[in-house]
Amino acid sequence: MVNTQTIQFPADTLELVHKIIKRYPEGKQKSALLPILHLAQAEWRWCSPEVMDYVAGLLNIKPVEVYEVATFYTMFHLEPVGEHVIEYCRTGPCCLMGGVDVYDHLKKKLGIETGETTPDGKFTVKEVECLAACGWGPVFQIREKYYMNLTNEKVDEIIEELSK
Amino acid sequence: MKILTEHINVPGIETIDVFRKHGGYSAVEKALKKMTPDEVTEEVKKSGLRGRGGAGFPVGMKWSFLAKPEGVPRYLVCNADESEPGTFKDHYLMWKSPHTLIEGMIVSSYALGANTSYIYVRGELMYVVNILEKAIQECYDKGLLGKNILGSGYDLDLFVQPGGGAYICGEETALLESLEGKRGNPRNKPPFPAVKGLWQSPTVVNNVESIAATSWIVNNGGEEYAKIGIGRSTGTKLISASGHLRKPGVYEIPLGITVEDFIYADEWCGGIREGHKLKAVVAGGSSVPILPAELILKTANGENRLMTYESLSDGGFATGTMLGSGGFVVMDETTCIVHNTLTFGQFYHHESCGQCSPCREGTGWMDKVLHRIEHGKGREEDIDLLVDVAKKIEGNTICPLGDAAAWPVAAAIRHFRDEFEWHIRHPEKATQKGAVFMREGASWTK
Amino acid sequence: MKVTIDNITIEVEPGTTIMQAARQIGPEVAPPAMCYYEPLKASGGKCRGCLVKVTAGSEKDPRPMPKLVPSCITQVQEGMIVENTINEQVLETRKGIVEFLLLNHPLDCPICDQAGECHLQDFSFEHGVSKTRTVEERNTFEQVDLGDHIQLHMNRCILCYRCVYTADQITDGRVHGVMHRGDHAEISTYIEKAIDNDFSGNIIDVCPVGALTDKTYRFKNRVWFTKPVEAHCDCDKCSGNVTLWYRGEEVIRVTGRKNEWGEVKEFICNTCRFDRKKTSDWTIEGPSKVSRASVISANKYGANTIKPAFPIKQAAEQYKKIDDNRDRSFLAPQKQLN
Repeated sequence: MVNTQTIQFPADTLELVHKIIKRYPEGKQKSALLPILHLAQAEWRWCSPEVMDYVAGLLNIKPVEVYEVATFYTMFHLEPVGEHVIEYCRTGPCCLMGGVDVYDHLKKKLGIETGETTPDGKFTVKEVECLAACGWGPVFQIREKYYMNLTNEKVDEIIEELSK
Repeated sequence: MKILTEHINVPGIETIDVFRKHGGYSAVEKALKKMTPDEVTEEVKKSGLRGRGGAGFPVGMKWSFLAKPEGVPRYLVCNADESEPGTFKDHYLMWKSPHTLIEGMIVSSYALGANTSYIYVRGELMYVVNILEKAIQECYDKGLLGKNILGSGYDLDLFVQPGGGAYICGEETALLESLEGKRGNPRNKPPFPAVKGLWQSPTVVNNVESIAATSWIVNNGGEEYAKIGIGRSTGTKLISASGHLRKPGVYEIPLGITVEDFIYADEWCGGIREGHKLKAVVAGGSSVPILPAELILKTANGENRLMTYESLSDGGFATGTMLGSGGFVVMDETTCIVHNTLTFGQFYHHESCGQCSPCREGTGWMDKVLHRIEHGKGREEDIDLLVDVAKKIEGNTICPLGDAAAWPVAAAIRHFRDEFEWHIRHPEKATQKGAVFMREGASWTK
Repeated sequence: MKVTIDNITIEVEPGTTIMQAARQIGPEVAPPAMCYYEPLKASGGKCRGCLVKVTAGSEKDPRPMPKLVPSCITQVQEGMIVENTINEQVLETRKGIVEFLLLNHPLDCPICDQAGECHLQDFSFEHGVSKTRTVEERNTFEQVDLGDHIQLHMNRCILCYRCVYTADQITDGRVHGVMHRGDHAEISTYIEKAIDNDFSGNIIDVCPVGALTDKTYRFKNRVWFTKPVEAHCDCDKCSGNVTLWYRGEEVIRVTGRKNEWGEVKEFICNTCRFDRKKTSDWTIEGPSKVSRASVISANKYGANTIKPAFPIKQAAEQYKKIDDNRDRSFLAPQKQLN
């Protein structure tokens, strides 16, 4: 769990944060907000209010400026999530390729519905819109990795691999 | 004729050495050492290259609108927020051959007099962000980015900016807001980005494919580029082909081939998947009007439909569509148009930024009505209601997302009204798994 | 420069918007403004209620503009010709905008403190239709507590962003904003937190609907039973120029002074608004001129100007046949009624 006292990027990430801020002109450090929220989420898995306040401090902006941005973009988890967040594409082209059945299989296999986390905290399933991989659908994404041309068998393999 | 993807399958093309071995960065050499920025712009104008993100606005003309006040920085921002359902060409290009984009960025930035440029990539493609950053680092190491590039005296810093998950950031002013670290709310225009863009400075925002094409234009001249294609549809276009095809994927086509060839020829998609028939196509990404088989292959006048801006829009919205972003979604007879329209309706509802009332409320309304029809709770009057809501959104919003949400719904009803009626009148049949309405006598009906 | 709106030509300064030019002509041709608020920078362009038709862009380029344009943020050009109340497309579109704004609105006017001075009521009355076409469930939001002074009813909000601009532009620490997006976007502090600084109360005055209301005035009275009086005090934080709202002898509310467009030009401090509720705190100047922001005038909804055709049409539209089989024995015999 996130503890307010311990919210602090490790030194190398902090160095990266300062490098990112330098990409923008003086005084425009707010532009670093999205990249840094991504770093924060990689570090703490989700964007708790405490994490967002910390990010606001790093960029010298108001906490509300972080909240309104983090809630706008769908990639930021505003609630705790499992170790692996499986984000599957529910949009038209993936559905044409049998996405609905594959995703049903995924949810049945994990015993959870969209938006839920398995009791062991291992997996969270989220429904997302088009992931720009329509020709390789059905598709889901776990962190940075795309899993394409999914079938029930492939889903089984992926889940088994990640369960280890 | 391949301009962008000629070497895309060469092993190691993502590295600068292999890329250079295949002629990469020769455009940077040529532009920076032998041409003035205006000469580069002139070639792009001559090429007739049109914006490849969807709107099709001439790139050279967009560049010429850029305000150039003294002492104010100018920016080039690459729009790599590719999120229009059916479109995945930029994803493919950046993933396979990042230097193709970076070379274009250097040439284009030089033409515009930008000393700092950004590539705004949708956040989901973080692995592509990493690929691009690695490639950019290679360029800095080889003196192709940074101070005094290749001794030309021109300086350029190039950065990659990840988005956070928002289709709306593909709209150029929403993208700029997002790049400023804000919510992706589109701005009211005017002022246009060419006058007041990123941090209120003059800015050009171009799609990945548009920028990537500029290197070839510099190398070979705008006139050579304009020789490819037909009429005002010059050059090549990346088409993202998805759906019920034998060979879905990204294809670089010379503009002007027939739609029929593109779908059926072995060189391209190789036809509809085994044992099935073509029912409908969304030719330019989810927002453009869907067309039934007979209208996508031939125009209402019976002419062959071509893969060009003009031919695809022949007949207006009554019988035509748009080339858009080139997101070519193909559906066979197993496709339920109501369900497909619902997924698009959900998409635009989900992606509306919520700033202006027609889009915020209208997209949600259409989604709810479509959802009811799909789930057997439709009313006869819902069809006209959808048409009217779409009409009230269209043209009345801050940005084109409203139109993008309205068009697919209106077009699906225009061409497949009988399917909607069937859903409403026979809910017990229509809600069965896999149930699809079969139009009597249609070319796709078995 | 010259601009013509609804066939009336007026000379205005360069840089004037169509909305401002129309307001200079008068309320008859001024487009409705649900999000635009002149004193707030960057406001406008969002609600689309003020869309108008430009039938000639300028003298130089007299082509019509292809789409309707938001009059609040579109600057006039020399020789521009604009149609507002005389254009069918504009009126039809506006009907649609009202419908959109009411789609997820709770329509709880009977228990809303804003009723009677609500711009959405005005807008609906003037431009809406009397029937709904939706059968969908309305979106609702969880209650958020903004502290002792300000009541937030998110369900009523139309996302005009005025309160956000107000907090940004006249207070020194914005703690609320618009969270989430689309039709789930909401005004919130995200974490439960009071909006509390010297000028925070002004977000109540700028709110066009009943989303932000004065907690100290909550359920005290209907606005049309109150009497507004202009008053001032010597205040070290603000101008001290306010409107006092009386019920009998009692000051039940203090607000900024609103002009005829419902806009506050001089924002007031929270001390004046929430703490100075005795007549003795104030120097009374006299009764307020009744503005469009108030219904205390009996003719607020133009009872004197409504053409008879309108209520008849309204009644005809709403007419429902009474079930004739109902028991009428309790009614007095007909002849006695005569």
